[in-house]
Amino acid sequence: MLFTSYQFIGFVILLVALYYVLPKKAKWPLLLLGSYVFYFFAGWKFLFYIAGVTVITYVAALLISRNKNRADARFAELKALEKSGEGAPEECGKEARKRYKESQKKKRRRIMGVGITIALLILAVVKYTNFTIHNINGLLSAFGSSQRIGFLTIALPMGISFYTFQAVSYVIDVYRERHEAQKNFFKYALFVGFFPQLVQGPISRYGDLAKELFTPHPFNGRVLERGLERVIWGYFKKVVIADRILTAVNTMIDTPENYKGVYVFLVMMFYALELYADFTGGIDITIGIAEMLGIPMKENFERPFFSKNIAEYWRRWHITMGTWFTDYIFYPISVSGPMLKLGKWSRKHLGEKVGKRIPVYLASFIVWFTTGIWHGASWNFIVWGLGNFVVIMISQELEPLYRRFHKRFHTDGSTTYKTFQVGRTVLLMSALRLFDCYRDVPLTFKMFGTMFTTWNWKSFGNGTLLELGLVRSDYVILGLGTILLIVVSMIGRSGSVRDKMEKKIPFAGRWAIFYVLTLVIIVFGAYGLGYDAAQFIYNQF
Amino acid sequence: MDELIAILQEIHPDVDYETATNLVDGKILDSFDIISLVGEIADKFDVVISAEHMIPENFNSAQALWNLILTLEDDD
Repeated sequence: MLFTSYQFIGFVILLVALYYVLPKKAKWPLLLLGSYVFYFFAGWKFLFYIAGVTVITYVAALLISRNKNRADARFAELKALEKSGEGAPEECGKEARKRYKESQKKKRRRIMGVGITIALLILAVVKYTNFTIHNINGLLSAFGSSQRIGFLTIALPMGISFYTFQAVSYVIDVYRERHEAQKNFFKYALFVGFFPQLVQGPISRYGDLAKELFTPHPFNGRVLERGLERVIWGYFKKVVIADRILTAVNTMIDTPENYKGVYVFLVMMFYALELYADFTGGIDITIGIAEMLGIPMKENFERPFFSKNIAEYWRRWHITMGTWFTDYIFYPISVSGPMLKLGKWSRKHLGEKVGKRIPVYLASFIVWFTTGIWHGASWNFIVWGLGNFVVIMISQELEPLYRRFHKRFHTDGSTTYKTFQVGRTVLLMSALRLFDCYRDVPLTFKMFGTMFTTWNWKSFGNGTLLELGLVRSDYVILGLGTILLIVVSMIGRSGSVRDKMEKKIPFAGRWAIFYVLTLVIIVFGAYGLGYDAAQFIYNQF
Repeated sequence: MDELIAILQEIHPDVDYETATNLVDGKILDSFDIISLVGEIADKFDVVISAEHMIPENFNSAQALWNLILTLEDDD
């Protein structure tokens, strides 16, 4: 059941209607039922994966929580016994209590370790088995062996990377005492499986989302209207822009030998637009559906293409994934005992300036490698992740140089320089995304190189663009659609666009706008003869 | 507290740490700064700031960070 299918739209209408009709107690169970029905239609076999991850992480968190409560009670008891003079000598004193506390914490850490390892193993097996086999076969071939391991038939369950990360963060947060474990299994199952976010995130945290999921939200016309507006805007991005430009991108990357030079630049820019419209459109639909039910969700984007550098871009693109990697991989690695020791050693032997960078850069390398492989089981994504790492590290190292430059030429804060920075970020990010497009890493480098060796800029004027599967009217729609995206983003810089519309445009006017937008989706959506609604790009991750 | 301020000033000399309360939320300290800070604090105060303490509230001001150090020193 694709987000872009009529079945899905019917399903959402029915679910929203039932949500507001049913009594308070039945609201969250309805969401759970709806979520599992949605998942059933994605493939009933996949239900075992999501149910498995849910059970494992539920049990792990519950055991951690129980241990914590028991340890706290015992700790208080030991203190009281000591005060009254009845405590056993070996259990008395601050040091003894500290040892007890530490031993219990170690137990909880072990439970957490087992829980998240099993959950991540499930993800690793379904996502990376064939990639591992592919690499082993490559090694066998390199060493002259004719032996090959056969690939396994494993279908990637929809949204597994997203719900596994969500469930893992829940267990870690219970361990870190950010919140209590959820005792009601079915409520927890709803948190893991809430249907709009199963397709491509956002990766929600229990502390942010759970309460809103379980609260019975009463009907509110304004909330419903705002949610619907966001859903319509999301469909516009997905169906009118992303699915339209997809045809041209696929034409150029399917036969790369025919599309070198300027076409690679075109792939860069078209794919950047496709991915942006596809992913942000999908997230708009997700957040909009949740909003229609009265459930606010974390934003996943903050106008990323207005960023002045790549580090900022990553703070504004797929925000929930970025913060997940920071909180659960970057910080734990950076402040771990071995890393602190490495920092101490490197500061002593390599000097303060270089030494303090070593642990941070090493942790960043691991994070970007993981980010790459999380996006897909292929070297393309790993190189893409490490490409981001290299660019961020270079820009970090060049920071003093930039500061001197700004001081000398008074460029910091000037509009011209800001525009240059934004343009540079767009180009860099779009260039790195070429690894998403071409079938392997060497081909990507080769195609990138042709931009500087094959001078075929005349193609822009000789009508070849009309041979990419798009006709003149498609380019007009894409041009106007992109202008609209940019204008809306620029208006959004000083606050919510819908808030502004609500203040300035009366109800009838707003509805007229969204009615027209709906008509545009129906009339100009990229459906043609034999059109097959494209799955969201991030769905495959 | 003075020792902590001195460490912070090494990272960003231009910030008034006596009054600043949005070091993380205001993007004054980034993750690189925070990791350097944790290493320095471990050296100077002999306390371990672990991943579970890595939340903006603990790093938003010098006072909040100082409170965290005191809590970790007297973890009872």
